[in-house]
Amino acid sequence: MSSHTDEPEPSPHEGEHLPSQRDEHSAVPADDPFANPGLPPHEPRRQDIDEQAAKRSERSVSLLFALSTLATVGFIACYVAIPIDKIVYIWPFGHVSGLNFGLGLTLGLALFCIGAGAIHWARTLMSDEEIVEERHAIQAPPEVKAHVLAEFRKGAAESQIGRRRLLRNSMLGALSVVPLAGLVLLRDLGPLPHEKLRHTRWKKGTLIVNESTAQPLRPEDIVVGSLTQARPDGLDPHDENFANEIAKAAVMLVRLQPEDIKDQRSAEWGHEGILCFSKICTHIGCPATLYEQQTHHALCPCHQSTFDLSDGARVLFGPAGHPLPQLRITVNDDGYLEALGDFEEPPGPSFWERG
Amino acid sequence: MSTANDAPQRRGKAPAGERLADWADGRVGLYALAKANMRKVFPDHWSFLLGEIALYSFIIIILTGVYLTLFFEPSMSEVEYAGSYKPLQGVMMSEAYASALHITFDVRGGLLVRQIHHWAALIFVAGIFIHMLRVFFTGAFRKPREVNWLFGFLLLVLAIFTGLTGYSLPDDLMSGIGVRFMEGAILAVPVVGTYLQMFIFGGEFPGHDIIPRFFVVHILLLPGIMLGLVVAHLILIVYHKHTQYAAPGRSNNVVVGPPLLPVYMAKAGGFFFLVFGVITAIAATVTINPIWALGPYRPDKVSTDAQPDWYLGFSEGLVRMMPGWEWVLPGGYTLNFGLLIPVIVFPLLLVVIGVYPFFEGWVTGDKREHHVAERPRNNPTRTAFGMAWLSEFAVTMLAGGNDVWAVNFNLSINAITWFCRIGFFVVPPIVFIITRRWCLGLQRRDREKVLHGRESGIIKRLPHGEFIEVHEPLPPEKLYQLVSHDQSEPYEVGPEVDENGVRRRISPLERARARISRGYFGENAQIPKPTREEYQELTSGHGHH
Repeated sequence: MSSHTDEPEPSPHEGEHLPSQRDEHSAVPADDPFANPGLPPHEPRRQDIDEQAAKRSERSVSLLFALSTLATVGFIACYVAIPIDKIVYIWPFGHVSGLNFGLGLTLGLALFCIGAGAIHWARTLMSDEEIVEERHAIQAPPEVKAHVLAEFRKGAAESQIGRRRLLRNSMLGALSVVPLAGLVLLRDLGPLPHEKLRHTRWKKGTLIVNESTAQPLRPEDIVVGSLTQARPDGLDPHDENFANEIAKAAVMLVRLQPEDIKDQRSAEWGHEGILCFSKICTHIGCPATLYEQQTHHALCPCHQSTFDLSDGARVLFGPAGHPLPQLRITVNDDGYLEALGDFEEPPGPSFWERG
Repeated sequence: MSTANDAPQRRGKAPAGERLADWADGRVGLYALAKANMRKVFPDHWSFLLGEIALYSFIIIILTGVYLTLFFEPSMSEVEYAGSYKPLQGVMMSEAYASALHITFDVRGGLLVRQIHHWAALIFVAGIFIHMLRVFFTGAFRKPREVNWLFGFLLLVLAIFTGLTGYSLPDDLMSGIGVRFMEGAILAVPVVGTYLQMFIFGGEFPGHDIIPRFFVVHILLLPGIMLGLVVAHLILIVYHKHTQYAAPGRSNNVVVGPPLLPVYMAKAGGFFFLVFGVITAIAATVTINPIWALGPYRPDKVSTDAQPDWYLGFSEGLVRMMPGWEWVLPGGYTLNFGLLIPVIVFPLLLVVIGVYPFFEGWVTGDKREHHVAERPRNNPTRTAFGMAWLSEFAVTMLAGGNDVWAVNFNLSINAITWFCRIGFFVVPPIVFIITRRWCLGLQRRDREKVLHGRESGIIKRLPHGEFIEVHEPLPPEKLYQLVSHDQSEPYEVGPEVDENGVRRRISPLERARARISRGYFGENAQIPKPTREEYQELTSGHGHH
């Protein structure tokens, strides 16, 4: 048993010992096979008895600390010497930023060696004799509890809070009302929703502009099997509220053979097999633009909701709850595709008032 | 002045360090503090390092995070990129994204610090998670540590949300998709969803406010609360003294291990540098979140492989495996269960873990303090519950990456999703039953070993020709490890009738409590550990000695 356990001096802490402690010391028979055998005797390490080994450990630790110092110097050298745009090939990582690689490895080494040195020191040279410390019950002994409760009652009585009801109730009233001020202040965090989510930039006569070329689309631009991403005319990426508008108004156009369109209304809302759907997924609002031309399915890459564009963008699979809204389109006198109005239902994820 | 008078006479002045300590003692009571804590015992075990990994990652995150705020511009004003990353020059983007690119490509070491920050965040949450598994499966959350479990649990939840707000800040394509998801989830809240969305985003999605607001939440609000919780967590660890595993010389009444000064200080301090060094080396070699790859966020752009950081993989999975149920109520109101149910199940999955210690305390009715960590096998029902929870976590995580599995293993995404939908309900009960039986089997084996000893590998031939294997009795240290644990009795509701023969009223809750308690400690829930009498009878009867 370690010398620490049978120290004669009394425990420095006052207070109750854990209840089971007494049992263990008294009630256990001497020949108990299951008794706690006590701490095994301390076995000295090599370094405890052999000064040569201890010296070796000291040298290893110092070497690690010296290595760390060198690595820090290397870090500074990398910072100064390697240009920030230098790309280097390093096996097996491939082409990487030379500065990032140099700084990271030198700093990593500098930090790691300090840690390794400290731990090696602790494991080989610092005493490895275990110390036994007594635990004491977390709970206060009854007399402490009684004292505290008595003092509390005294304090509470001195405040007269229990006796003077009017005082107590008015205070509780004031305290429960005052947070309202903070709540009211939150009102201007944002506007009220009103009809904002229902309307988009599309109006009767809005031209449909190709997203990649920024040119108005003609029916002949859209070939069977392709998917064209588009936006309303007049919406420019440099606009202040471009992001808010495009988040609702982005559309995709597909052209199907008229006989492939299963949904009659969907066919009527298109133009010669060209159908224009909101590309904002009705699940959470990612653009559902992975298009499979053989099946006419549009898949949202975020949560894999699958829509059948040949059947009014009906949901085939996945967590989306309703079809992609379709935009009614036609061709104007100049031969360009244009909208016949806004979406009939709000595009994007559903919400309580959506209906 | 009294210290100077009481100290033994010395020539000249005391050393400078001592004089400094005297000064501090006179102001903050240093010596009393040091007396209680300087040689405080910390038990040593590899599994106790898991929480340290979390703690050190937290410190690393704060250090690197402060550096990043020096350069990051939390603004959604649109600018034309003019930095040194050529592929994006001339592209319209938010100032937030432009400054994140600036940190990456124009600040020397900026990329490294950003990558350390992100890697440390992933390791932080992983550290908390694995540390919690250790505490859970060894019952180290039992009285008096339930409150500290709750602190740790809150740290996990806050860490998840700090991570979420953090990876939304760069405003690259992927982070914008995450923010869009949040918008959709908020909109799905019945009655007040649209109002919440407008207030949180300062208008319609994406607006101009969400990144500055997330920035404040990410760098001030949540880390501030977390710092307080970390300090409280550590104070309670010191106050309770650490748990330890059953071993010779260790018991519920003592704590055995190296002292804080010098061994634990050197080891723990050294371990901080090890963690920091390893994370830095990872950040030097493994790219994380290449924000430059896909360009700025635009609500009409998307990419495949859109996954959140790992700790939100399970919530992502809940969303992906949910069927698209949407009800329109009379009066024109929409209930979007496709999002609503995942949004409810996600916190529930976490809360179950957070309140578990209180549940177990109620079921067992155990009011004692426990300082010796249990072996998982010795509480089969708890262990089985934990494993069932983990399997649920794994199923949802699998669903969260269904597209990745589908692409890499050439599987049907619909089949994977259906597998997860069914697995969500079927896998946890199966895992529960298997784990519980497995634990009982291990308990039987322990009992066998205690009573009959260890197989020695020596075959002995008896006079009548029978071959037996000689079993060696276990040494006392090993015996103690196998028999020193408690075996609780199930909670009883008491007799149905009182002393006057009148039927007592026993609430259904009490009956449920007794029933669950039998599930934990009843006849079929644990193998009685060998008694001293059994042991003595068997060992004295045999001729092994």
